[in-house]
Amino acid sequence: MIAPGLSLEQAPPFSAPLRFFLTAPLFLAATGLLAAWQPDWSADVHVPFGLALTHLLTLGFLGMVMLGALTQMLPVVAGAPMPGVRRVAGLGHLALLLGTPLLACGLAGGGEFALLAAGAVLAAGLLPFLGAASLSLLRGRALDTLRAMALALAALAAALACGLALLGWLAGLWLPADPAAWLNVHVLAGLAGWIGILILGVAWQVVPMLQLTPAYPPRLTRFLLVAAGAGLLASWLPAESVRLAGKLVLALAAIVFAVATLGLQQQRKRKVADVALSYWRLGMASLILAAALLPLANSPALLGLAGLLFLLGFAVSVVNGMLCKIVPFLAWFHLQGQRGMLASGLPSMKDYLPDAACRAQFRLHLAALACLLPAPFLPILAVPGGLLLAASAIRLGWNLSRAAQRFHAHGGRF
Amino acid sequence: MSTLGTYLTHDHHACDDRFAAAENAVAAGDWPRAQQEFERFDAGMRRHFSMEEDVLFPAFEARTGMSGGPTFVMREEHRQMNNLLAEMVAALARRDGQAYLGQSETLLMLMRQHNMKEENILYPMSDQALADRQSELLAAMEAVTAP
Repeated sequence: MIAPGLSLEQAPPFSAPLRFFLTAPLFLAATGLLAAWQPDWSADVHVPFGLALTHLLTLGFLGMVMLGALTQMLPVVAGAPMPGVRRVAGLGHLALLLGTPLLACGLAGGGEFALLAAGAVLAAGLLPFLGAASLSLLRGRALDTLRAMALALAALAAALACGLALLGWLAGLWLPADPAAWLNVHVLAGLAGWIGILILGVAWQVVPMLQLTPAYPPRLTRFLLVAAGAGLLASWLPAESVRLAGKLVLALAAIVFAVATLGLQQQRKRKVADVALSYWRLGMASLILAAALLPLANSPALLGLAGLLFLLGFAVSVVNGMLCKIVPFLAWFHLQGQRGMLASGLPSMKDYLPDAACRAQFRLHLAALACLLPAPFLPILAVPGGLLLAASAIRLGWNLSRAAQRFHAHGGRF
Repeated sequence: MSTLGTYLTHDHHACDDRFAAAENAVAAGDWPRAQQEFERFDAGMRRHFSMEEDVLFPAFEARTGMSGGPTFVMREEHRQMNNLLAEMVAALARRDGQAYLGQSETLLMLMRQHNMKEENILYPMSDQALADRQSELLAAMEAVTAP
């Protein structure tokens, strides 16, 4: 009865995830260039320009890659392909492609029309995606990774709903009694819920797979699920003390997860040098620092540092590491499937994306972080930091497009 | 007492260990050890494929009537892995570490995705469908030697 997931025909076409992966670096590059152009955002990210940058990064880069990865992971992990994946992925992709720049313009002061149009476009594209992914999860097996994905999708729905409500407020459609409460739910649902819990669930599958580490113990994954879910809910409640307790639980869960991941990677059987491993270690170290800093962040600069650690140090690093594995593997997988069993001499993963190219991009990312993390205290550093971030994004986009070009040159069909 | 699923899952892990030992030896440039470890890994893979294709899959297909579905896909993926193993043999013979590591990384990704599908989906289905033949099939798998 679960058999459909084991059919290769139901693995999504390469274009479903690839369209997301190839366009995401454009938004990361735009984030970097704009961050360098007006470095003032770094002192307080709540200024309109800071909000625009944040959304270019979270929706345009992270959201884009994560939706693409879901179209691929759901059939493999759950045996549950997304219904209508080609159309749903196309629509979701188009919505992010058009809606994110509109939203960034609107938030940076571009007027009510941009805000409302962005809201409409994003809702129209993301709701069908959420629906299709939820259907797929309902049909999948009961695994902790799928529970994490379900929780992350619910958080994305909450972030979207609150985001739309806040857009309505900014556009003057209504006046919420307490806009800060809506913002609190929006931020926590988007960052801790959608980005954090999704990476958690994906890590449980991918970390043991890439480095041949022991599996995450089931008691740990269960604890993390409960802690993240309960912490998230508590952090949305009105009572200030409960809210604070919720945030502390979220920070604790993040630290436990990151420490466990580093520990498992220490026990890996695979000893070959690997850029993805460097990205994961950087990501986990950043997550620990971000979570430890969160309860202490009592100034805009400290809060900015915690945000940068979480978004750039943790989420962007992990996503970069995943992309440098998943794109060459899918190129190999689809070309092999299309050319048939007897085809020989097809490129291997490393022919699509050589280690040296990934390593070069990693160094740019590291240099960008080194400049951007102190930027909340020394805004001028946002100039070189933003430029380096853009350079890293351009290198990432170039690496991935080269892989896609090689796939096409060998006769691969998207 | 192991089930069909736990027995084969355990064998996946044994294959993973041998994969890593061979790859680590290639990365270290220790060719005699690489050759030895690769042969152990290759034999383990062939034995595992044979336990599934000659024992488990036929029993599963006969019991469920599904011969074109999950087991068909798993056999296809075994053939894809065999192609990669053949490329790794050739790279090893040339002592071409770069080529070996490119193929081994590809094999690892394919193998782990394949194992995930078996461990999450096919093995639980088999344990359910073949509960009454468990000890007989386990004994048959135990007796398989690498072809």
